[in-house]
Formats: sequence, structure tokens, C-alpha cells
Amino acid sequence: MPLFALVDCNNFYVSCERVFNPKLAGKPVIVLGNNDGIVVARSNEAKALGIPMGAPAFKYRDLIRQHDIQVFSSNYALYGDMSQRVMETLQQFSPELEVYSIDEAFLNLSGFTHTNLTDYGRTIRSTVRQWTGLPVSVGIAETKTLAKIANHVAKKADGAFDLSVWQDRDSLLAGVPVEEVWGIGPNHARRLKLYGITTALGLRGADDHWIRKQMGVVGLRTVQELRGISCLALEQCPPPKQGITCSRAFGKPITTLTEMREAVAAYTARAAEKLRGEQLAASVLTVFLTTNPFKDDPQYSNTLTLRLPVATDATPELLRVALQGIEAIYRDEYRYKKAGVMLLGLVPVGQVQANLFDHADRERSKRLMKAVDSMNVRYGADTVRCAASGLTQHWRTKFTKRSSGYTTDWHELPLVHVN
Amino acid sequence: MTTKVVVVSAPDLSTAFKLPIFLERVPAGFPSPAGDYMEGKLDLNQHLVKHPAATFFVRVTGDSMIEKGIHSGDLLIVDRSLDPKDGSIVIVVLDGEHTVKQLEKRKGKLRLLSANKNYEPMEVSERQSFEIWGVVTNVIHPL
Repeated sequence: MPLFALVDCNNFYVSCERVFNPKLAGKPVIVLGNNDGIVVARSNEAKALGIPMGAPAFKYRDLIRQHDIQVFSSNYALYGDMSQRVMETLQQFSPELEVYSIDEAFLNLSGFTHTNLTDYGRTIRSTVRQWTGLPVSVGIAETKTLAKIANHVAKKADGAFDLSVWQDRDSLLAGVPVEEVWGIGPNHARRLKLYGITTALGLRGADDHWIRKQMGVVGLRTVQELRGISCLALEQCPPPKQGITCSRAFGKPITTLTEMREAVAAYTARAAEKLRGEQLAASVLTVFLTTNPFKDDPQYSNTLTLRLPVATDATPELLRVALQGIEAIYRDEYRYKKAGVMLLGLVPVGQVQANLFDHADRERSKRLMKAVDSMNVRYGADTVRCAASGLTQHWRTKFTKRSSGYTTDWHELPLVHVN
Repeated sequence: MTTKVVVVSAPDLSTAFKLPIFLERVPAGFPSPAGDYMEGKLDLNQHLVKHPAATFFVRVTGDSMIEKGIHSGDLLIVDRSLDPKDGSIVIVVLDGEHTVKQLEKRKGKLRLLSANKNYEPMEVSERQSFEIWGVVTNVIHPL
């Protein structure tokens, strides 16, 4: 019988902050996303105070002051490093591991039937806690979809739960709202509820033909997984990328075309760097911009997709197209909050179709890009960059309450006072 | 002395720090530069960091551990995967702050010792909010 464990870090970003700042224990803590805009992580204490996920922070200013809620900007360098430590620690517990997100991993526990898996889950939990300081929950079941549900139960119980040996599975599934089932989005959930399917138990009992008609093969797979039939295997190699996006909200609104060009140029350069890192070339480029929907300002947003004559990974070529695109959709008199670049139609560099009318010197451009990338790796990001991306960059993303690079910067190591 | 304090000059551990190792005995004080004699590289990371996922670096301020060779400004290598034993130098969380102490485990009693005559040992009861954050394995002290 296949068996999976889903290991999920509890309130991951908040927990990372607490490892290095023990004073935060027991206090309400929230972490904000880019530009300190919306709430992206909450401690249990902050959840209890009624701060929702994704809430714009400014709407909760009074509550934050009233309860002395500790507020942090995202410290992605720290979270990324801590995530790697968790994944590395988990590797000793299973030969197969799928890193599902920054704070979640599936382990293959098939064949571990001789052990008490609840105890095994507790060992995983206490080991990760000791090695990294982070609390995790472990849910175990015969399918990935059920392991997700087991993980929800584990979070409320003592941190580890094995659904595969649980006697009263039906009443457990009856307590899981259908929208909490893995893979059921808000649209499907709404439709299912119209037909009286409101829980995981209801979904499990649905008719195969009807599900297939309503939700396709993917939906049917979810239902099978709820029945304990494993349809989703571990994905150890990430699937090939569909697209590469670089988009950020600006630190302060952009109101001139010059600044907008700089921002888009910087994002294009970053996206192109990622593209080359994956040995891919892009044949389609999309640019977009938008004003701030939370403000009373006049609203405008637009997107433009452009096709490149030949798939390329060279920054100058992508830049030319991106700037042409942003100029076409930029309108004066708006205060822009966000812009971005998406590279699509990705093909491996070796498989680029040549174009009869293509006169670019691709060998030379390849050497140039290699030199630029290696200098930026060696001397720090953005050491060498295109002049189009500007020198001052007033629009850069703000992180005003970011904690230190405790594990990623020699100058910001945790301080211990020995007095 | 239960804890061996290794004092080395401070290397930059952010990159693998490698020195050539000569397995052949060098008769004079002048090793041959020929590559044939080089059989491997010494990696300080490998020597100092046994469990990378569980190892953290912290910076010291203060002098209460001076007699253990831990000076203000030194860098400590902390391995959280190790179980603290009697005599271990540990990072503890006391009243919401990280600090460094020597752990004494005797007859079921826990005491936190400083390595400086001016500081008294601290008895810790089960009830006190106190947590061992990690075990210090090395101190890196620039000369």
C-alpha cells in the first residue's frame, strides 16, 4: 500500500522570526508581503485576534496598536535558508521527498508498515524542531490528498496524525469542508455546494460520471484519492516551467514613463537571468501594469503580449521588446502600483528554431550574457546591469520592518549576550 | 576541562575554504609545487560543520565565558542536532534572550555555569522558562 506523509511548517514565516527572536514567543506576530502591503503569515495569537490572511495591513492599524501585535516585513533570504534546512533534515526520514512549497514536503513512507507511523511522525516533528527550531505538523495517509487532510487534523492534535489506521474515517471526512480538500478551488467548491456536496465525505461519494463531467479528469482523480486510491505520485523533479515572471509592487507609486521604463527594464533583466539559469529561451513576452485597487485614485491596468521573431535568452533583445510593449500601454495621469514581465513559450536553448531573416550575432550575445551573469553572482546582484534599468531606482520594493539576515549575512548574525 | 575550545584564525566560511593537502612527506621545508603530489583538499566547512542543516553561527558580546576562551566579538559554531551533556557549552534562552553558559547536569539537577569568577552559577528549576537553543562546538577567534 502506498503511504505518504505531508510535513507542513506551522505559521512558517512567523516561526522563522521566533527562532532568532525568542521574545516573540506567545505574542501575536504577523509578517507582511512586499512593500509591507498585505498579511502573509500570522501566529496563532494573531489569528485568534481576527486578522485574516491576505488582509491589507493598513486596515488593521488600530488592532495592531491595541494588542501590540509584532509586525515584520518579509525576510525571504532567511525563510529560504530555513526552508532548505527543513528539507535537508527531512531527507533522513525517507528515501523519496517532494519539496511541494517553501514550507511543505511530501515523504514517501510506502513500505514503512512495520513501524508505528504516528510515532514516526512524532520523531520527524521533534527532530525538525530540534535541528531547526521550527514547529511542523505531520499528516500520514495512503494518498497525497488524504495526507493533506491528515495534516489539518495533526495541526489541531499533537502534531502527528496517521489517517491510514484511523477507525472512524467517515465522520472525520464529514468534518472537512469541501473547499478545504486539496485541488478543489473556490469555483468548484461553489458549484459542488449547489448540488449539496459540502464536505470531503460528500465528494468521496459522488458519482464518477457526474464528477468527470463537472470537473474533468483532474476532479475525478481528487475523488479517487479521497477513496484511498493513490493517483498522484511524488514529483521529485519539478515539472518544466511554463513561464517565468518577474513582477513587484513599487515602493512608491510610479507617475512617469521614465521611471516605468526603468522598473520594467530591471524586471526584464531579472527574468532573463532566471531564464538563462534554467537553460531556456523565451518566444513570447508579456508586459503589464496596474494602479492600486485599494486607493480611491483613477484606476487603469493593461497587458500586452508580444511575440519575439526568434526565441531568445539575451537581455538586450528581451529588453527592446519589453520597453516597446510598456510604452504602448503606458498612460499618463495615473499612479501605478505594480508592473511586471512574463516570459512565455519557453524552449530549451538547444532547440531554438532559427529564422531565415535573423541577423543577430547569437554567439557574441551568448558570451556577453555569460560574463554579465557570472559577475553578478560573484560581486552581488545588479553589479552589472543595463543602463535602461536606471541608477537610483526610487521605485524599489520597500521592506521597512525586515529582521536581520541571521543565517545569510556575516554582518547580521544573531547576537548572544554573555553577561 | 570537559569542553575543548578550538581557536583558529577566522576563515570566510561562506565559500568552501580549501587548502591543498600533501600526503607525501615533505623532506625539507619546501614542498614541490608539482600538482602530482596533491591528493585532496582540506575543507574547513567539512571540518567544523558536521550537520549543515542544524548548524548556525552566532556572534558573542560580553565576557562571562572568557575562561573558556570565548571573547567578546567571537563567532560561535552552534550545532542544534547534538544533545546537550554535562559540561557542554550551550546557547540558552533565558528570559527571552540568547546567552552562552556551560551546562552542569548532576544528580538530576541542572546548573548553568559562567566561565568568569565574577559570575555566580545559576540553578534552574523545571518551572523556569528556559530552553537550550543549541550546543556550541567551536569558537572562532581572530588573533
